[in-house]
Amino acid sequence: MLAALSGGVDSAVAAARAVDAGHDVVGVHMALSRNRDPFRTGSRGCCSIEDASDARRAADVLGIPFYVWDLADRFEETVVADFLAEYAAGRTPNPCVRCNEHVKFATLLERAVALGFDAVCTGHYARLVPGPDGAPELHRARDLAKDQSYVLAVAGPDRLRRAIFPLGEVASKQDVRAEAAARGLGLSAKPDSYDICFVADGDTAGFLRRRLGERPGEIRDEAGDVVGHHDGAYRFTVGQRRGLRLGRPAPDGRPRYVLDVVPATNTVVVGPAEALDVRRVAASDAVWFGPAPGEPVRCAAQVRAHGAALPGRAWATADGGVVVELDEPLRGVAAGQSLVLYAGTRVLAHATVRAAHRATAVGAAG
Amino acid sequence: MSPGAPLPGAEVYLDHAATTPVRPAALAALTEVAGRVGNPSSTHGPGRAARRTVEEARELVADRLGAHPTEVVLTGGGTEADNLAVCGLYWARTAADPRRRRVVVSAVEHHAVLDPARWLAERAGAELVLLPVDAAGRVEPAALEAELAAHGDETALVSVMWANNEVGTVQPVAEVAHLARAHGVPVHADAVQAVGQVPVDLAASGLDALTVSAHKVGGPVGVGALLLRRDVAVAPVLHGGGQERGVRSGTVPAALAAAFAAALDAATADLGGTTARLAVLRDRLVAGVLAAVPDAVVRGAWPPGGGDAPARLPANAHVTIPGCDSEALLFLLDRHGIAASAGSACRAGVQQPSHVLSAMGVPDADSRGALRLTLGWISTDADVDALLAVIGDVVARARAASAVR
Repeated sequence: MLAALSGGVDSAVAAARAVDAGHDVVGVHMALSRNRDPFRTGSRGCCSIEDASDARRAADVLGIPFYVWDLADRFEETVVADFLAEYAAGRTPNPCVRCNEHVKFATLLERAVALGFDAVCTGHYARLVPGPDGAPELHRARDLAKDQSYVLAVAGPDRLRRAIFPLGEVASKQDVRAEAAARGLGLSAKPDSYDICFVADGDTAGFLRRRLGERPGEIRDEAGDVVGHHDGAYRFTVGQRRGLRLGRPAPDGRPRYVLDVVPATNTVVVGPAEALDVRRVAASDAVWFGPAPGEPVRCAAQVRAHGAALPGRAWATADGGVVVELDEPLRGVAAGQSLVLYAGTRVLAHATVRAAHRATAVGAAG
Repeated sequence: MSPGAPLPGAEVYLDHAATTPVRPAALAALTEVAGRVGNPSSTHGPGRAARRTVEEARELVADRLGAHPTEVVLTGGGTEADNLAVCGLYWARTAADPRRRRVVVSAVEHHAVLDPARWLAERAGAELVLLPVDAAGRVEPAALEAELAAHGDETALVSVMWANNEVGTVQPVAEVAHLARAHGVPVHADAVQAVGQVPVDLAASGLDALTVSAHKVGGPVGVGALLLRRDVAVAPVLHGGGQERGVRSGTVPAALAAAFAAALDAATADLGGTTARLAVLRDRLVAGVLAAVPDAVVRGAWPPGGGDAPARLPANAHVTIPGCDSEALLFLLDRHGIAASAGSACRAGVQQPSHVLSAMGVPDADSRGALRLTLGWISTDADVDALLAVIGDVVARARAASAVR
């Protein structure tokens, strides 16, 4: 079994548990960047040479072989380039989802299989449960605060058949830290990572500006009146309130939010909060765990990694997409986000949001 | 099933160019002398005993490498000796003649020569000149001749390695030395890989300076020497107590020096016999790899030549394998208990592109599948057999893994 070791505490404890379970484990650290900083800074989790050294030391402590695999080109092509292209197209990407889809549970997994491994073990917080037909079911982690099923769902059942998540059943991150300390893994006090790993210092706007250049344009209200200017529409995300720097206050004096980003005209549209309310979400490239349902199913829909899952009805569309109609409006849904449907703790499907229909515009479809 | 069984270490060691096992005589000298007190610079009894050990080691090193004992500057290893040669010769030569700022080195030098040369260019006003090599990785003397004809009086030093660490190509050091000295330019050679594989003799070579490392000949890591002709001026890199002719300060490590000498003694004791034995093993290794992987390409001088002046080091085999990443090859060989190398430097576990193969005109796509197999004093037919037993399967599987995008 191949254990992906980021240099963090989670993947190290996951690998340790795989060793305890009797697997023949080999540690692999993915080098995802060519020009790596020597030391970890801030809350970035895996990209410095120090992180690679931490991963190597964890493998030493566990007594398993260790290698670094250079996946920097693949990561740049499929995750960083996608991140830039999606923002440039006015959408809101989730790079962790793309990394799981194209790197961890694609290149890493397939390369591992080609080299003779049976499975890949990671430190993700999620549970894989054998389903009635033998295909794995993906469930939320026992520790809901750490649950990562949302970013894993994109991998789908076929690939997750070869995945193992030993941390799915742990009660909390504190338990993982305590276990790391007890095992003599020197990583137990390492801070959690949560920023986008390839954006140094967490300054996403600055990263986009450096990579995409300045593209000045207008900010308009719903009526089409120009209310301000920006230096790059890609810096704005639907639902964003901060950083608009509008010259004119709204007529009613209420705060305004980004309602839409229109790359064709390089325009950002702003308006009141309630205009963000969405009743129906259309998404493409659906990956179902099990057969796609023939008729609408009750489910809970989640559109953000740490957002709530809201109840509604969902149905598969003929073009391989999915539509979900929510019981109550959801505020702020942007194209590009992942839509994950749940039945209780079980993941039903993953799809990528293409269009969000405002609460006021909901028709009688479905 | 995971590939192979987990092994605590390599059962078959084919990476002697990286480092080779410490020879019994060197280990005995190391442990014996390390247990004794005494600073070689002290005048009391223990100091005199340590000094005697150091001087006996120095005399032996000098004898085996065609130098006078006063020409042996002990260093902390090959990298330090290369840095001392490049920076020290440059500083001394430009101080004596400020017009001399050109630093001429081959494009296939080890980073221990290339990087200080680049550093001098970036930080100390030097002008870096890279000598091209042919497809076999050999410096063309005509290129040096042309360079010196045009800029001989502006050149501070020439450095061309005796033999290349990646592809094993032996350089025409005597010709290089002859050309450089004709223009009054000091000339250095990194002979770290050559010592113990081909005859190395400072006086006969015409070189002014020559780098040697202990751990490549079966001595401990952490000691080496710059052989430096008595009449050549070098500015120190390390300043302090003035040991080693004042060009390399720091307490001379008697135990390391003794172990270095013991290893060198053993490595050069029957050089002709060693060379012939290694060449036979190497030829069988290469033939076997080519039989199992017909599209593999041998890099470096081939045919290798033989005798006292081979075109290639007898212990070096280097191939590129189309459609493979070194990473996958080395991983699978390691899982079979076979230690090998891609030849080029590794940074934080990631293989870096080979500047040597690039200088030889090898396309990047081919360089990705580089595999260096190097033999040493413990190598046997069984090691070659072990590699040949698995290389076909390893390449097939590495190709499958490397095809994954």
